[in-house]
Amino acid sequence: MHTEPGFWIWPLIGGALIGGSAALMMALHGRIAGISGIVSGLITGDRALWRSLFVGGLIVGGLAMYLLQPTSFTLAADRSLGATALAGLLVGLGTRLGNGCTSGHGVCGIARLSPRSIVATITFMATGALTVVVVRSFFGGRI
Amino acid sequence: MKSLSLFAAGLMFAAGLALSGMTQPAKVIGFLDFFGAWDPALIFVMVGAIAVNFVALRFILRQPKPVFAASFGIPTRRDLDPRLIGGSAIFGVGWGLAGFCPGPALTSLPTLATPILVFVGFMLAGMALFDLVEHARIRRTSTSHG
Repeated sequence: MHTEPGFWIWPLIGGALIGGSAALMMALHGRIAGISGIVSGLITGDRALWRSLFVGGLIVGGLAMYLLQPTSFTLAADRSLGATALAGLLVGLGTRLGNGCTSGHGVCGIARLSPRSIVATITFMATGALTVVVVRSFFGGRI
Repeated sequence: MKSLSLFAAGLMFAAGLALSGMTQPAKVIGFLDFFGAWDPALIFVMVGAIAVNFVALRFILRQPKPVFAASFGIPTRRDLDPRLIGGSAIFGVGWGLAGFCPGPALTSLPTLATPILVFVGFMLAGMALFDLVEHARIRRTSTSHG
């Protein structure tokens, strides 16, 4: 474990913004700010305007942050395109089958103390950690 | 006002992801590396997000209804089924493999970097594939029973 003083400040501020956005979605629109659920609706039929507006904000926000601070978008040098493609497929399938991702289960669900979301979050963190260990131990950290 | 607030919530979410480090896959992979050189930074993203949302929900859910909608859409299921656990397990493998989950990947789209385009493309394909299989399964079940 290697950390620098104050390493937790920006993660905490960023996290607070994410939690604030999720709170806004519930307070104003009665919606869970679950990214996988919102996006999957756009491609599988329910093309409601609210989904496009939120995702539009997400992408325009990404563009603004990229212009202000491109280093916030540094890519990992040790992941091949093949592994990235497989990962994308697994993330797409898994979040639909499991009804949510880091935002819907990890942020919104846990804040509601939902037992399903708590179990989902423990599960994806465990298999995520296991995958990182496997990549490091059997592939020398590059895949 | 309603549309603007949805767009603003998306902006705020993206800013949070970029400021927190979630759009840097190496940080995510370092955070998931509990048994190696663990980087605890991103635990504070969860702490910040859950704390703010938890406290806000105490007030929000005391209101009769959301500002722009008829009711609060809160999931009511409490059972733990194999799909929830299996799906989450599959998602975790993909998350650890690339260091991306859906929100940060979409937020990174404007960089137009090849790995991002590949990840998002295959993620949307995975979602569409799931939908296709699910519909076929439902059709099969309804014809065999009906």
